[in-house]
Amino acid sequence: MITLPMVLTLSGILFAIAIAGIFLNRKNVILLLMCVELMLLAVNFNFIAFSRFLGDLAGQVFVFFILTVAAAESAIGLAILVVLFRERRTIHVEELDTMKG
Amino acid sequence: MDSTTILFVIFSGVLLLSGLRVVTARNPVHAVLFLVLAFFSAACLWMQLKAEFLAIALVLVYVGAVMVLFLFVVMMLDIKIELARGQFVRYALVGALVAGVVLGGIYMVVKVKSLGLATFATPVAHPAGYSNTQELAKVLYTDYAYPFELAAVILLVAIIAAIVLTLRHRVGLKVQDARKQVAVKAEDRLVMVKMAPTVNDGEKSP
Repeated sequence: MITLPMVLTLSGILFAIAIAGIFLNRKNVILLLMCVELMLLAVNFNFIAFSRFLGDLAGQVFVFFILTVAAAESAIGLAILVVLFRERRTIHVEELDTMKG
Repeated sequence: MDSTTILFVIFSGVLLLSGLRVVTARNPVHAVLFLVLAFFSAACLWMQLKAEFLAIALVLVYVGAVMVLFLFVVMMLDIKIELARGQFVRYALVGALVAGVVLGGIYMVVKVKSLGLATFATPVAHPAGYSNTQELAKVLYTDYAYPFELAAVILLVAIIAAIVLTLRHRVGLKVQDARKQVAVKAEDRLVMVKMAPTVNDGEKSP
């Protein structure tokens, strides 16, 4: 029997892993984007768990919208990354230090 | 421990391990593949939490489209894999500290009795023939019709933005210009020449 604290703990640990990942990989933009995806997944877990245990579908609708926005965000983020790489030949955060390339 | 709990533990173990590997992988391609594994196990867990439609959407949209996009970009960009060891340890300490704080907060939320998490410990069982997709669609197309349209607009904006950002005009490339093709007139291409009629004076043409 799955209980609410189990799911909340799981999503909390996942969120903590993603935060630790942002600190670990702060040189590489693409890994930062992946850590953001993991964070969104953890948040979605909370929404779905509460939707299940409160018997309210609104949580699932919200997860649907989060998925939409996250897909749009990663598409635009990757497009920016490709343009950046074309311009500067690198995606290391420390080397991207000028405002106007 | 019944079978659903065992499955939950297995899938969440896979999810957490693959999440950990995403964060610590040296090779970005490996990180993307572990992220795919994480999304798959998350979809299995969502199915256990009776969110079947979203589980399938996660596999189709995330694993099928977004992760493939990530994989394309990772393979297209020539990323040097390096992370200095000494700095790794320092970053790991800071990361572990922040993660510990977050975990402590989550622990307090889960364990504090006054928040009443135990009161809704038993979810209602769905009757036979219950369709999660149908119920979600009913809500989505009635109560949330306007946000649903907005989500579609956001996706359209994302498509246009991604295309415009990565479009590049190279000089010296032979391409069709549809605007010029449509705007062309007969006078630009065809010249009418008036000339006197010639008379054939008996010589045989070769």
